[in-house]
Amino acid sequence: MVASAAFEAVVAATRFGYAARGDELSAIAADPQGWVTRQIDQPARPAFPADLPPSQRMVAALLQMRRDKQQADRKAFNDQVRNVYFAELTARTNAAVSSPTPVIERLVHFWSNHFTVSGFRPFVRGFAFAFEREAIRPHVTGRFVDMLLAAERHPAMLLYLDNALSIGPDSIVGQRRDKGINENFGREMLELHTLGVDGGYTQADVIALARILTGWSVARLNDAEPGTFKFYPQIHEPGPKQLLGRIYAEAGEQEGIAALRDLANHPATAHHIAFKLAQHFIADAPPRAVVDQIAKVFRDTGGNLAAVSKAVVALEAAWSKPFGKVRRPDDMVTAACRAANFTPPAPFLAGSLRTLNQLPFYAPSPAGWPDDAASWVSPEAVLHRAEWCETFANRLPEPPDPIVLASATLGEALPDDTLQAIRRAPSRRNGVALLLAAPEFQRR
Amino acid sequence: MACCTSSRRQFLGLVAGGAGIFTLASLPGAVFAAVPGDRRFVVVLLRGALDGMAAVAPVGDPLYQEKRGAIALKPPGGSGGTIALDHFYALHPALGAIEPYYRSGELLFVHAAGNGYHTRSHFDAQDLMETGLTIKQGESDGWLNRAIVLLQGSDKARLGLAVGGAVPLILRGKAQMASWEPQGVGAIDDDLIAALSRIYARDPLLGPALAEGIKAQAFSSSVLGDDTMVKGGKGFGPKAFAALAEAAGKLVAAPRGPRIAALDMGGWDTHVNQGAETGRLAQNMEGFAAGLDALAKAMGPAWRQTVVVAVTEFGRTVAVNGNSGTDHGTASVVFVMGGAVKGGRVAGDWPGLAQLQDNRDLRMTTDARAVMKAVLRDHFGLARNLLDTKVFPDTAALKPFGGLLRA
Repeated sequence: MVASAAFEAVVAATRFGYAARGDELSAIAADPQGWVTRQIDQPARPAFPADLPPSQRMVAALLQMRRDKQQADRKAFNDQVRNVYFAELTARTNAAVSSPTPVIERLVHFWSNHFTVSGFRPFVRGFAFAFEREAIRPHVTGRFVDMLLAAERHPAMLLYLDNALSIGPDSIVGQRRDKGINENFGREMLELHTLGVDGGYTQADVIALARILTGWSVARLNDAEPGTFKFYPQIHEPGPKQLLGRIYAEAGEQEGIAALRDLANHPATAHHIAFKLAQHFIADAPPRAVVDQIAKVFRDTGGNLAAVSKAVVALEAAWSKPFGKVRRPDDMVTAACRAANFTPPAPFLAGSLRTLNQLPFYAPSPAGWPDDAASWVSPEAVLHRAEWCETFANRLPEPPDPIVLASATLGEALPDDTLQAIRRAPSRRNGVALLLAAPEFQRR
Repeated sequence: MACCTSSRRQFLGLVAGGAGIFTLASLPGAVFAAVPGDRRFVVVLLRGALDGMAAVAPVGDPLYQEKRGAIALKPPGGSGGTIALDHFYALHPALGAIEPYYRSGELLFVHAAGNGYHTRSHFDAQDLMETGLTIKQGESDGWLNRAIVLLQGSDKARLGLAVGGAVPLILRGKAQMASWEPQGVGAIDDDLIAALSRIYARDPLLGPALAEGIKAQAFSSSVLGDDTMVKGGKGFGPKAFAALAEAAGKLVAAPRGPRIAALDMGGWDTHVNQGAETGRLAQNMEGFAAGLDALAKAMGPAWRQTVVVAVTEFGRTVAVNGNSGTDHGTASVVFVMGGAVKGGRVAGDWPGLAQLQDNRDLRMTTDARAVMKAVLRDHFGLARNLLDTKVFPDTAALKPFGGLLRA
């Protein structure tokens, strides 16, 4: 169904951003698609608090804690990790609530989910957000290959997927200590980060990539810059390796870089990324043609993510009504915060997202959070969303006029019965809760 | 709106009479369908690939110590060591909480069990384990949902329950599921729910879900008490599972409650520092065993009519990897527990460790779907042809596992 410019403004603000507020909708309506693409062309940089620790500091603190093994240190370390998590969650939410380029924030969250690191492995918790800031954010409108390299070489990923400890059996250390490779990193990189599970690789390719990547690890406390990427030649598996039909001659650290470059350029990677973007922004089961069009731009531009993102925006399917996607819990919470222009305290945010089963950087597996309604819509989950909307509305310092808020946020997409229900609400807070819990706000 | 303290059940009564969204049949107590003999079935999905040879160790295999190396468990005898199950197998000490069920004949293990597919991708394998297929076929529903469709017949009342959050793939499909999770963010105002119910009515996905959510919460509140906040169940570690399992037991045992439930437990992907008698895997197993025990105890007399099956997507490599862990493998072990189970033994053919799948994994000798078929046939009376064509399509050659349940 072809939508009016006023409706397209709501689509632009919610499908590609979080939620409109104030008189944004009338400004967006002048050029809804341009509103999105301009953000991709000119991303704003959020002003993060200067005291958020870089990953290097937190990884070094982790290494120190593990070496000392003192009970008191462990407690101090865990307290530090919790404080950092809360500070980071606040900063990340603030960025999404106040950014002039919310589309970029959506892309940052999309890509850090693609390259999931998860606090299910507890040591990751202190630097998961830093991983996003350092390895993901700088590249969301850059080149895929650069993001791939930054993400896979980041200590958070090397530790999360066990590569920091993977040892080539014929390496200097491996021969001496009877240690071996760990396949996890190679497998998840092929399956989840690049080619996709149907990308045509074999178990032999998994092992070859794992061998190629031996030596990619994290600098220890005795090294020059503890907590940063470091290549250890003494655990690198020597000799040529064959991956996806190509022979990689022995080249130490460079072997892995060459392999990742080839994986980034592989047509299966273009298709896999295109599918995930289409599923995230357009539909749970995106039409094949839609995926093919995005994949073509990925291939034609060598994985230029600004061009690829704009290809998603340019699709007719991206502007369809009604809203086909159900917001994931983190998206819903962030959109509510943006609509109300309010970031609640971190413990409330964390508690909310945990209850709604999407605490940031706690995805249950390296596959990240699923992106389809079936994974999120269960009877009690929907009820819990509604409960959250009421609790959130009750926490607003100054509840806005819900009719004004509804019109600013949903504009043309606000149905009469929802508006009537909001009008009849017994209080401002109750009206805001109704708006946020309404199906139109729960979808995008 | 701090004023409103009326209970959800009162609200349901009001709405049933007022807005006409709910009928009397949706009131607590009439929410779920009946099954023959009032039997119960709980499936536990162990996500991440449980090392079956650590859970139920083939300590009698002459190659076991050598092939497993540093993570091999010692034969039974020492204190804090493995528990003898028979002359060949030993139970991991961290699973000690379920030993009594083995001794009383209510726990059976099926060793070297797989799921009939060959993939070492967690995510593909879990999808296949839950769809009951051996190759991916695009969109599919869960095999347990398909079984429920057949069991509920023309009565469309719900039979199944997802415990712990989202409905897992195994329960997705045509049949409506109830779901239960430990804790919401706070109670919701009844007027708000009534207003929302009206505007949700036009949303084909969210509308029915909200309606079901209201019913399900009313039901679970009535079973678990108003203090339904099983706080531990919201965590991430092994302890959270015990809280979920206990709630599952109570809900499934309740008169006119759901009769079939599924829940998850993760944390099995032990690529690094798996440990042996103690360590990371042992801690997870301890939580798992505590959960099974809590589930059994929560069920009371209904335990006699219950079968619990715990499966994982695949096993782990026989040899230890470079990080004192194990990588993705093939066959693992299936747990079958319950008052209806003819247990006290380790079933399944042991393939030995001399010849391995792809020179690395334990070979599969039992397809876990044969175990599921046996439960559905012998516990619920589903006909073999339906099992072979509808629940697990194209599996006529796969016979239900014999002698699983008490006559």
